[in-house]
Amino acid sequence: MRRAIEHKSAPVRTEQIILFRASSEIFAISSGSVQEVRSVDSLAGTPVSVTEPSLKKVRHAIRRGDKNVYVVNTAIHFGLRPSATALIFLLRKSRVALLVDAIEKMTTMTRLQALPGAFCNEERTWYRGLTVLDQNVIPVVDPAGFLTSEELQSLDAATGSGNLTGVAGTAGAELSI
Amino acid sequence: MSWMDQADTRSCVLLRLGDRRYALPAEQVAELAAPSRVFRFAHHTPEIDGVILRRGRVVPVCDVAQHLSGKRLTTRRFYLIATRRHGQSMDWIAIPVSGQCELIQADLTPAGESDSPHVAGWLSHAGEVIEVLNLNALMPSSHLVAASAAGNVVPEVHAQ
Repeated sequence: MRRAIEHKSAPVRTEQIILFRASSEIFAISSGSVQEVRSVDSLAGTPVSVTEPSLKKVRHAIRRGDKNVYVVNTAIHFGLRPSATALIFLLRKSRVALLVDAIEKMTTMTRLQALPGAFCNEERTWYRGLTVLDQNVIPVVDPAGFLTSEELQSLDAATGSGNLTGVAGTAGAELSI
Repeated sequence: MSWMDQADTRSCVLLRLGDRRYALPAEQVAELAAPSRVFRFAHHTPEIDGVILRRGRVVPVCDVAQHLSGKRLTTRRFYLIATRRHGQSMDWIAIPVSGQCELIQADLTPAGESDSPHVAGWLSHAGEVIEVLNLNALMPSSHLVAASAAGNVVPEVHAQ
């Protein structure tokens, strides 16, 4: 008996991403790496102040359990002009949260192109790659590229992480993903 | 050693950057493209102006005129899409040019020790002595920066 020939096309791998705005620019982050999106207002009074002169992009931390989650101003991280921020992305399995201006939209990407080799500075750690959406090139950020382990240690030392008392919890989540 | 002993006949593409002409070996030139939208995003590589989309590929734009003459090109008539090979991977670079390009056969003289690093060689064409460019000296490359990690190919990755 002749077996029917099955024509199977390779399934297109897709990834859900959040397009967000920092300063005047649009970036993408995998929605799988964002645990919570919170309003900056919902954190009023709860953050720990951080004063680490070598890391101007971090001014606050949020106490979660026995650890600090450090809030990185995304615009300053990317060397952009700081702007009015409204949202915080708490990253999954990370001690980093991102201060961003706004969410543009959630969408799906099917292709992530490696950052061209001509880019050879910090951007290689900032981005997982580039994706093309609606004929626009969008950098896809690497959640691990915002703070190095050395920077986290330095911030822990500056805040005396583990010795903080009387810090409020993290109630008031605006949106969970 | 005579001039002819040193010379090597090669196909080269002549490109105009402002009021001067330069050359690239033809095997490093992929195509000449019409100007298109330059996309810009945050980065810290000053030599790169932005990226263009060409046949679905993201190609960085590098204004080499700025390095060669100290002045940015005021008119960009075309992008010369050049390639650089690093091991198994290939870098594509869009070089803005201010005029038509020309494919020629010419005798190439290798660069001397006193020449600038951006000079790969020299050729003579229509009474003009023209520098053949060494792209690796003009444009940064993560492969060259991470030379110790040779063989670390930058792959094309896909969404997970």
